[in-house]
Amino acid sequence: MTIRTEPMTVNVGPQHPSTHGVFRVRVTFDGEDIVEVEPVFGYLHRGTEKLAEERNYVQVVTLTDRLDYTSSMINNQAYCLAVEELLGVEPPPRGKYLRTLTAELQRIASHLIAVGFFVQELGAFGTPLMYGFRSRERILDLFEMLCGARVTVSYMRPGGVFADAPRDFWPALDQFLEDFAHEFAEMEQLLLENEILMVRTRGVSPIPPEVAINNSISGPVLRASGINWDWRKQDPYDAYDKVEFDVPIGSNWDNYDRFWVRMQEVHQSIRIIRQCIEQIEPGPVRLDLPLVLRPEAGKEAYGRVEASKGELGFYLVSDGGISPYRCKIRSPSLINLTIIEHLLVGWKLADMIVSLGSIDINMGEVDR
Amino acid sequence: MAMRELSGAELSAALGQAFPDAVEEYDDTAAWVRPSRVRTVAAYLRDDPSLDFQFLNSISAVDFVEYFDLVFHIMSLRQRHCAVLKARLYGRNELALPSVYSVWRGADFQEREIWDLMGIRFEGHPNLKRIMLWEGFDGHPLRKDFL
Repeated sequence: MTIRTEPMTVNVGPQHPSTHGVFRVRVTFDGEDIVEVEPVFGYLHRGTEKLAEERNYVQVVTLTDRLDYTSSMINNQAYCLAVEELLGVEPPPRGKYLRTLTAELQRIASHLIAVGFFVQELGAFGTPLMYGFRSRERILDLFEMLCGARVTVSYMRPGGVFADAPRDFWPALDQFLEDFAHEFAEMEQLLLENEILMVRTRGVSPIPPEVAINNSISGPVLRASGINWDWRKQDPYDAYDKVEFDVPIGSNWDNYDRFWVRMQEVHQSIRIIRQCIEQIEPGPVRLDLPLVLRPEAGKEAYGRVEASKGELGFYLVSDGGISPYRCKIRSPSLINLTIIEHLLVGWKLADMIVSLGSIDINMGEVDR
Repeated sequence: MAMRELSGAELSAALGQAFPDAVEEYDDTAAWVRPSRVRTVAAYLRDDPSLDFQFLNSISAVDFVEYFDLVFHIMSLRQRHCAVLKARLYGRNELALPSVYSVWRGADFQEREIWDLMGIRFEGHPNLKRIMLWEGFDGHPLRKDFL
């Protein structure tokens, strides 16, 4: 006797604990195999680009915090770089180092969340995620010392950062780096060669390099597909040309590699932070720019950074007024999702959420 | 070593040999191509080995009231250079240009977003639906006359 099956469409999200926010996807299954995927966006759309057109250049910084709220510092940095390019100015060296340092702390925090949730979706309920959150909490404490806020930091300004680090920030940072080495070693010991993790992720949903490029994939996902492309190296901004670090590259292009690349990047971020602490020198942290900026009419700038999710770009157009005439946000989370059909179709139900976790999306940035 | 940015003149010279009539004008940073030729030009930019623009960074649309500018930020990973390609569409209604979906798959959601928020159609896009807002929404909110 043969059992007759027919395709079944299942709606996942937008209110679902494993879709990283309000992501919704309509999936059609044939038995356990995924045959069709249709992502549905917009549940967190706040019209950031339109809002930016009605605020002055400095006020827009607060909007950027709310894009990818797990890496606010890096969003601030991308926006400030775009405004600086528009104005043709550069922040003082101490400002650059502080931006590099905080951006790398933020990258660690963001990767810890990415890895924590990725493993949680494999069924390791709680422990690895809480290990990640334990260290992330310390990073947020450091941010609180810098600017009083933990998540929506708005620490950076066009022309530098808004205030120098307080004196007790530096010993606290040293203490964090010392403790984090142990904490992260624990996490690595638990996860990197974990049998369940390897069996479930090795060879699953590989993205070949040429497919990744054609789909405009960026960030750790692109590097896991074997492409050595990191904007911190390719087009160094802030203090990245003064520090040494390596770019980890995947060789199997699969879910495990995307996880592994993030784990390795945490080590590189630590390296960068240590070099920043060594090299940073006293001095001003912010350029003396007017409070209300008016870039020259008709000028445009595309500022981009290597954010924790990929290439984050701000395309600003000025009409000589006090607000950007147009502020387009190139969000890595949205564009990395282009791959979702390739990633899921042909794989099993059980791999769906894991593969989704491996691209590490943040809905604040997808919908903007 | 930083990326090399191709100026509008360089891009226009590179395109001029293959498509003498496609480039409308250029300035320091970008070259404007005839909107109807966007896909052909894009395919050439991607496939020509010395240009090799196989990566589409971003597509933006800017509403200048009399006209819209479509802005393509593109780059080559092998040649390590980037460029800005633009297309200018006059008018407010029934705006359309060919989709570059078949050249750069990464254009998928960005073109849908531009249709949704700016009201510019991309002909040849296989699934041109609204992306952020719902079907049936009246108007395109990123336009300057949407208040």
